[in-house]
Order: sequence, then structure tokens, then C-alpha cells
Amino acid sequence: MTWAGSIFDTAGTPAERIARLAWFLIIVSAVTYLLVLVATGIAMRRARARRTQGDLADTRPETGKRLTRNVAIATIATTLILLVYVTATALTGKAIAWPLNARQPLTIEVTGYQWWWQFRYRDSVPSNWLTTSNELHIPVGRPVRVILLSNDVIHSFWIPELHGKQDLIPGHRNTTWIQADRPGVWKAHCAEFCGHQHAKMQFDVVAESPAQFDQWYIRQLASALPPTDSAAKRGHDVFVQRTCIMCHSINGTEAGSNVGPELTHIASRPSIAAGSLPNTRVNLGRWILNPQLIKPGVRMPPNALSPADMNALLDYLETLK
Amino acid sequence: MRTRTYLRRWGRVAAICALGLALACEREKRRFNDASPSAPAYAAVTLDTLQPGVPSPELTVKSPSEGNAYDIAQGKQLFEQWNCSGCHSHGGGGMGPPLMDNEWIYGSSPENIVATIVEGRPNGMPSFRNRITANQLWQLAAYVRSMSGLEAKAPSPGRNDEMQYKVDEQRTPFRTPRASASKTLPAKSERP
Amino acid sequence: MSAQPLSAERAVESDPNSPASLHDRLERVWRNGPGLWGWLTSVNHKSIALRSIITAFTFFGIAGVEAALMRVQLARPENSFIGPDLYNQLFTTHGSAMMFLFAVPMVQSVALYFVPIMIGTRNVAFPRLNAFGYWTYLIGGVLLFSALFTNTGPDQGWFSYVPLAGPGFSPGKRVDIWAQMITFTEIAAIVAAIEVIVTVFKQRAPGMSLNRVPPFVWAMVVMSFMVLVAMPYVATASAMLAMDRLIATQFFNYAEGGDALLWQHLFWFFGHPEVYIIFIPGLGMVSAIVATFSRRPVFGYTAVVLSLVAIGFLSFGLWVHHMFATPLTQTGQSFFTAASAMIAIPTGVTIFCWIATIWSGRPRFDTPMLYVVGFIALFTIGGLSGLLLASVPVDLQITDTDFLPGHIHYVLLGGMVFPLFGALHYWFPKVTGRMMSERLGKVSFWLLFIGVNVTFFPQLLLGIAGMPRRVYTYLADSGWGGLNLTSSIGAGFIALGMLLLVINIARSLAAGAAAGADPWGGETLEWAISSPAPDYNFAYIPIVHGRSALWADTGDLDAVAGLREDRREVLQTTMLDAVPDSRHEHPDPTIVPLLTALAVGVGLIWGIFDPIGFAVGGVLTFIALAAWGWPEKPKPNTHEVVEVPK
Repeated sequence: MTWAGSIFDTAGTPAERIARLAWFLIIVSAVTYLLVLVATGIAMRRARARRTQGDLADTRPETGKRLTRNVAIATIATTLILLVYVTATALTGKAIAWPLNARQPLTIEVTGYQWWWQFRYRDSVPSNWLTTSNELHIPVGRPVRVILLSNDVIHSFWIPELHGKQDLIPGHRNTTWIQADRPGVWKAHCAEFCGHQHAKMQFDVVAESPAQFDQWYIRQLASALPPTDSAAKRGHDVFVQRTCIMCHSINGTEAGSNVGPELTHIASRPSIAAGSLPNTRVNLGRWILNPQLIKPGVRMPPNALSPADMNALLDYLETLK
Repeated sequence: MRTRTYLRRWGRVAAICALGLALACEREKRRFNDASPSAPAYAAVTLDTLQPGVPSPELTVKSPSEGNAYDIAQGKQLFEQWNCSGCHSHGGGGMGPPLMDNEWIYGSSPENIVATIVEGRPNGMPSFRNRITANQLWQLAAYVRSMSGLEAKAPSPGRNDEMQYKVDEQRTPFRTPRASASKTLPAKSERP
Repeated sequence: MSAQPLSAERAVESDPNSPASLHDRLERVWRNGPGLWGWLTSVNHKSIALRSIITAFTFFGIAGVEAALMRVQLARPENSFIGPDLYNQLFTTHGSAMMFLFAVPMVQSVALYFVPIMIGTRNVAFPRLNAFGYWTYLIGGVLLFSALFTNTGPDQGWFSYVPLAGPGFSPGKRVDIWAQMITFTEIAAIVAAIEVIVTVFKQRAPGMSLNRVPPFVWAMVVMSFMVLVAMPYVATASAMLAMDRLIATQFFNYAEGGDALLWQHLFWFFGHPEVYIIFIPGLGMVSAIVATFSRRPVFGYTAVVLSLVAIGFLSFGLWVHHMFATPLTQTGQSFFTAASAMIAIPTGVTIFCWIATIWSGRPRFDTPMLYVVGFIALFTIGGLSGLLLASVPVDLQITDTDFLPGHIHYVLLGGMVFPLFGALHYWFPKVTGRMMSERLGKVSFWLLFIGVNVTFFPQLLLGIAGMPRRVYTYLADSGWGGLNLTSSIGAGFIALGMLLLVINIARSLAAGAAAGADPWGGETLEWAISSPAPDYNFAYIPIVHGRSALWADTGDLDAVAGLREDRREVLQTTMLDAVPDSRHEHPDPTIVPLLTALAVGVGLIWGIFDPIGFAVGGVLTFIALAAWGWPEKPKPNTHEVVEVPK
């Protein structure tokens, strides 16, 4: 069953095994529930709606013995079901553990901020480490080791299609792993209440073929090219002479702050505002003008730019593919 | 009897709530979408209130962040994230003067501090004109004031979850051992 | 046991000689003072428990309104009815109020009202302490809601994870007020627990040995022991949090040697038993109702009691199942999966025993029994969804999603609120002397039952669909709008059902049919006294000859004579076999408990803003306690010894 976005819309091994266990438990639960309801219903079969005080029920020893036997059977059945449950859980737990024979895993360090995501790809060659924000690309069929850090409060990394969640706890270095077995594009959510904009702290996940992934990676490593046309040049000036430069970075320019998400390839991202707004010119303009209208409480302030400045800035940002 | 007693009782509770509302209102407000313009109106402010004739009333601007816990906390985060500590070292001073003491070269009122940040100052304070929005300027100013005890205790920030580099904001500030006129207390005009 | 028609002559106070004058003498001694002063100085357990129940219902209502507001906000994607700041305050105070200001105080108040009359005594063991507990609870509740109405409502979630709740990320006094509210309610809870335990162990009617104690009372005792063990943890944790915020301690600051996970361990070591503290009294109420409305004692008394005790013990070994997504070892986590599964066994045993009771009894479909069936239907869904959550792999997918609110509301509403409403209909005649409307009762039951399912089943589905919890809105393209709207509509049903319930209460109070002492034909001692019960409960302390006190005996109950009629006195009996042991004089009404609570309140509330408050409060409390314990001049004839007839 593929209910898009749900834990049953599986695209990787851990999620598949978990979904299978979840189905099993749901079915067992449903059957148990029905049995309990039926038993209660039968027990009430002789119920009357009269208010008057009825005679006390007759409780003969034979009834007691029969009931004791039945309750004992039910209890033993419960225990057996629970044993099966614990066993199934343990087996699934083992199956979703980090595969010890994983070859050439990709290592990504995820840092949670209020309320956006930073991803640092730790390539085997340190000069090829890539830092990007709010968009996670992974190659299909390759295990990915995810290191989870937090800059401020507790967040939680959760891609339902791939694996269960793990928390990002400041002061702790948590790890998890994911592996996509088919290409796809998914939305992931922060899954631990982290303040005002927990609701809109998302990121895009793109699983693609290894070749496409390598292409994307190389493109992302490249610095931004200097703007060529005058509108983009003016936009670049707005970026580095106004408030943007205090928090954002664009590789290849004077902007190097790591307070907010890095924007070197902002134009290539499917969404902005931590995955919660489609990346269109209009949305970007609205967001820059007043993020507080879209995500009240977010740490980016309103920016009063003249329409000419805003258009120029947008022109420039659109060149950052 | 019962209804009247209940009404009287809850009436008293409501009165206490109204009083509390007045007190807590300012401290706990979270103004996310304050439409202050990028260039704050402090621009008309003079650095000194001494004026010939009668001082014009519109030359001082009231900071919206005074006594506001959220704004002071935001100011603290901005202070660290924008590396004010690079020169001012979390308030203790280094390349730049300490901000936790009661010596204010350019004045300690919110608008003076905002002016300092926006204009820059000789001998090393950069100018952040057009780089920091009005809201954030007021937040920073409120935090800087809280470092030297000029903000009330209740909205002042508590310690943060980092390695501790100084006494927490809840305790009294350092007194610099300097022979100056205002040795122990801030000047009257600078007290909250 | 042969069936006997029950009659009102079982009432113990029918003294053939001069019932009216005995009643008058005892009333004169045991009643509250007149007017407002009498209300403030009362040390009668029923007066205090009743006002505590009303207070808890009031907080329940306010928290329910908050829930309704939240559901309105979530009915549509990207709704702008409530912004994130207010929404965070709403869901935090909803959770905190429901858990700390409604659930635990409510079950404890029900215990404080009914346990003494079920075990045949006149008051709880420490009457002034009881009053102090109520005032402390009231101050804590008023503190929290005053904070909410002054924009200082806590907004960090009801379990208040650090560092979000720490000094760095929760500016202002919101979290400090939450932490202090915990202190107030924890003091009140421990006080009530002490009352129940000591009363049950030392003041039972003669002949009510431990194996004759009604399961309802056993449930309350187990709950009270759990409170004693669990509550100090949350008090410690909240004190540590308050200290981190107020005086810069480093308990939860990893950079200085603290740990954010420490909070989670401390809180959940309390937090998991807390939900069983709430749930076990519900089991007790179900036991009482099932017995009466099946016209037979609960099947498997020993099994039921031992299961309650087992649930109490086991519940302390489950807390890590709230922390499966944290970096704890796999092996350790698996242990908690197994323990969480294990607790289903005693829970199952109790439910099986009640089904067996109904099966072999002559069940009647009055409203209390409807709520019991509702309990079975709803709580089982909650329990089974809990099993899904207890399995580590599945939990990693569905924890912190909307599945969790669905689960907890099924277990809390099904496991505590439904039994509570059943108990309300069941015991309303005893408390007020009037019957509730059966018709309105059944209608409100069905509205609530349908409402709970329509509200919370979609939330189970939403969690599986991927919707996180504690979100003030969600995007339109997520596809979650339909289920959220359904859930919000269900909330309307619940609101309607609650409204009808309140109307039922109001109308029955005004004009309900008069109830005799024993309208249902119950088996426990509270049905042997008049409705509403007199201030002194029992004119003569009854002697109990079997497990079902009123069904074991035919004719009038034996009783014990000799307690004083000119001052407040209770009979104390031995712990195991309830052999009369001594008499104990109880205090008269006094204002000191209220003053002590105020002193504690001043200290704790001032301490939110300045540590000097604790010192001032400490001094005031010391003075109040000195007044409390000041030796009194002995009343005349105090040491006269009277033979207690065997």
C-alpha cells in the first residue's frame, strides 16, 4: 500500500522492514480488539435496561471454575501474543541496524538549527566537503551514514519513506542511516517540537541515480559565478551591502556568514524557507520582504527594500543555479 | 449564597489577572512582525539631550525592546552570532571596551547604543548601517544594556547552554576599578 | 450466598432509641462552621474533596476550551486563526492542566471523598493536611491559568524538554511559572497520597481485613504509593530547571557537564508512572461499577488486586519508551520494549476478570455501565496503539507524530475520563441525594463515545501518514486536511457531549429524582449511609463480615459503639486484620492550613522572580507550621478510657 508520504510509502530497507512489522502489529491488534469487543458484547447479552434493583447474581462454584479457566486461557493467549510481538520486534530491530558490511557509505553530517537544516557532505577528500542547506540529495542503492548534531535545541531527523526518526540533541552526537532503493522526491519534517516554527521546519529529499548524484554534487561544489548583466550586478550589490550578508553565505562572493542557510545554489532548490514554500520568484520576494508573515517567529527579519532593489536582488538570486 | 460567593471569588481572581496583565504584558510580548522601517527613526536623535532652549520632544525615540524578555534574548543570540564577542568578548571587553561595566563612552540609552552600532565609532567600532534592521538594533541595544544591569531582572536573559565565560546575567555586573565620578552607580539619566 | 432483597433499613444510623438526637449531636460536632469562614476552615474530607472535584472540573473545562481552539486552528491547512506563539501556549497549558491540574487531582479527590466512606471511617487520617493540600493545589492552578491569561503561559510543551525550556531558548518567566506550578501540584499530590495510604491502613472498619478491602480502595492505595515514589522526580527535575534559569546552575548545560538527556530521564521516570497514576483509579472505578451493575462481586478479586499492584510496580520500568529516538543503546531500549509489553498482561487480566464478572452476572444497562463498556472499547484501542509505540522500530516511525496524541487520548479519555463519568453517574446520588437523568446520561455518553472516536482515530491515521505533532499548522499539499477536518468535527461532538453532561448535572442538582441511601443496590459501605452522606459519615462504625460488606450480611449491620459524640473522634484499627486498636481525636475546623498554603504560595511564587522569595516564604511557612503544631490545651476528659466492645 502506498499512501504517499506515509510510513507505508517505503523506499528503502529500514522503512520496509518497519512497515512490515507495523502491518503485522496492526492486524494482530485489530483481531485482538475484535475478540475483546465480542467477548464484552456477549457478556452484555443478558443486559436489561431496567433501573430497578435486580436480584443479586447467582455465583455457583462451577461457574467460578469455568470462568477461572477462561480468564487463564485469555491471559496465556495474551502472553503468547506478546512473546510473538517481542520476538518480531527484536528481529526487525536487528534487520534495520546499520549494515556492518556496508561498502563506501556516504557520510552526511546534519546540523539542526531553529528552524532550518544544514547538511555537510563529508567526502573522503576533505577539500570536497560540501555544505548545503535544506535540500538533501542521496544516491540510490548506497547506504548513507547520517551524523546528527544540533546547534540549539532538540530537533528530529525524519524521512518517513526511508527510516524512523532520530533526535538531534545538543551536546550529543547521534547517528542513523538511510538508504534509498528507488529514486524519488520526498518531504521530510522535523519531528521534535523545537519552538515557534517547528511546524514548517522541513527539507526536500531527492534520491537519484549515482551518476545524477555525482553531477549534482559537482555542481554544488562550484562557487557562484560573478553576475554578468547589470540587473544581477545591482542585485549582487544589494546582497553584499545590505542585511543579507550578515547571515547568509554565497561561495565566491564576500558573503560568508553561517548564521543562516547558505545560498550558493539557491535557484536550484525546489523550495525555500526550510522546505515550506515552493521556490518561485514571487514566493522568494514575499519571503525576503517579510518572512514573519509566512513563518512568524523565524529568525530572519523583515527587510524593507525598494521595488527596484528587490527586483534586482531577485534577478541576482535567480542566477545562483 | 453559593452563586454569589462564586461570583465574588471569581471576580477577585479576574481583578488579579487584570493587574497581572498590566505587569506581564510588556515582558512577555513577542513581536514577530513589527513593521519598523529598515532605517530606524532614531536618525533624528542627538547624542546629547542638552539643547539650547527647550529640548525638542521628538529627538528621543522609545525603544520597543526595553523590558521585553524575548527581544533581549534575541539580542543575546544576535550578539553572539554576529561575533560582537570578537571585540567585546561577551561583555568583558578586549579589543573593544567592556559592555558590562558602567562606563559608557557614547551613552547607555537605547538610542545611543543603536547610534553606536549604526554609525560605528572611531578606533574600531564598525558601522552596521543598512546591515541590521531596526528591530534587531533595538534588540541588541536592549541586550547590551542588560549586560550592565540596566534592564530589570525579570526579562533579563539567564545563562545560555554554552561554556560559561562570565557570571550570569542575573547577578550584579562587574564594577571596573577606575577612579571616575560615577564610581558605583550609573548616572541618574542612565538608570532605567 | 442467597440473594436478599435490600432495603433502606440497612442504614446504620437508625438508632431505635433516638435517631434524631444522635444525628444532631454528631452533626453539631462534625459539621463545618457557618458562612465563608466555615468554608475556609473546613477540615471535613467530603467538603474538601467536593470542592477539589469542582476545581478539577473547572480546569478540565478551560483546558477543553483550549483543545477546541486548537482543533479549530488545525481544521484547515495554513489556517490563521491562531499564530504559533499562542498555539504553543495553548497546547502546553492544555497538556499541563489536564495532567497536573485535572487528572491526578481529580482521581485523588474522588479517592479522598469515597475511600473513607467505603472503609467505614469518619474522616481521613490528617484532616488539616488534607485542607492544606487542596489550597496548595488551588494556588498552583490559579497560577498557571493566570499566567496563560497574561501572555505568560508556558509554551515549551507539557514535558518541557531542555534546551528549548532552558534559559537560552525560553525567555521570560513562562517556563519558570510552569516549573513552579509543578511544585504546587506535586505537594498537593503527595499530601493526598499520604492521606489515602494512612487512612486505608489505619482506619478501616473492624473486620475489613486487607483481603476484604474493595478493589476501588486497593486501586487508590496503589495509586498513592506510585505518587509517593514518582512525584519527587518531577519535583526535583522542575526545581533543577528553575535553578538553571534563575541562578545559573548547569544541570542541563552539556558544555559545563550537564546533559539535556538528564531532563528526559528524570521527567519520564515520573511521566510514565504518572499516566498509570491516572489510569489505575479508573480501573478502581470500573471495578466498583461493574460489581454493582452485574449484581455480583468482581470475579477474581485476588487476581484483580494483584494485577493492580503489578501494574503499579511495572509502570516504573517503562520510561525509556518515551526516548527511543535518542542516542541510547539498542539493547537497553529493547528491555523497555519487553517491559512495556509485559504490563499489558496484568492490564489484560483485570479486563478479562471484569468481562467474566459481567458474563456471569445479571448486567444492567444503566449509564454507569455504558461508560464501562465505553471504557473497554476505547481503552483497548489506546492500549493496542500503545503496543505499536512500544516496539522500537515502529516507534521510530510513529513517535512524535499525531499518532501519539491519538494514543494518549484514547488511553486517557477511555481509561480515566470514561470511568470517571461512569463514576459520576454512579455516585452522584450518594453525594447529592438526587439521581441524574438517565436519558440525558445516555445521550451524552453516545455523543462523547462517537466524538472521541471521530476526533482521535483520524489522528492515529495522521501519524501514520507522516504528520508531526505539536504543529500549529500544516501545508495544503501535505494531504492532511481531510483527516484534520474530521478530527476537528469530532471535537465538536465531544464539546456537545460535555455540554449535555454539565446540563445534566445542573438539572439534576436542581430537580433530580430523590435518591435513597442505596439506589443501585451496591455492595460497599458507602451505600449504607444516607444520601447525601452526613458530615460524620457513620453514626456507629460498622463491622464488616465479608468482601462485599452489604451483600455478605443479611439484615442490619453490626456496629461498634463507644466513639465520643461530643468531639471529633475516629476509630483506628490494625493494618492487616482491622481489629480495633485505638481512638484518635481529630482537629476542629481551623484556618491554619489555608495560612500555611498561602505562606508556601508566597514563597514559591515570589521565588519565580527572585530567590529571596524562598527565604521569605520559608520564614512565613515556619511561622504557619508552628501555629499548626502548637500544643493545645487538652480538652476535659481526654484520657478517659472506654472499653471497645469486641
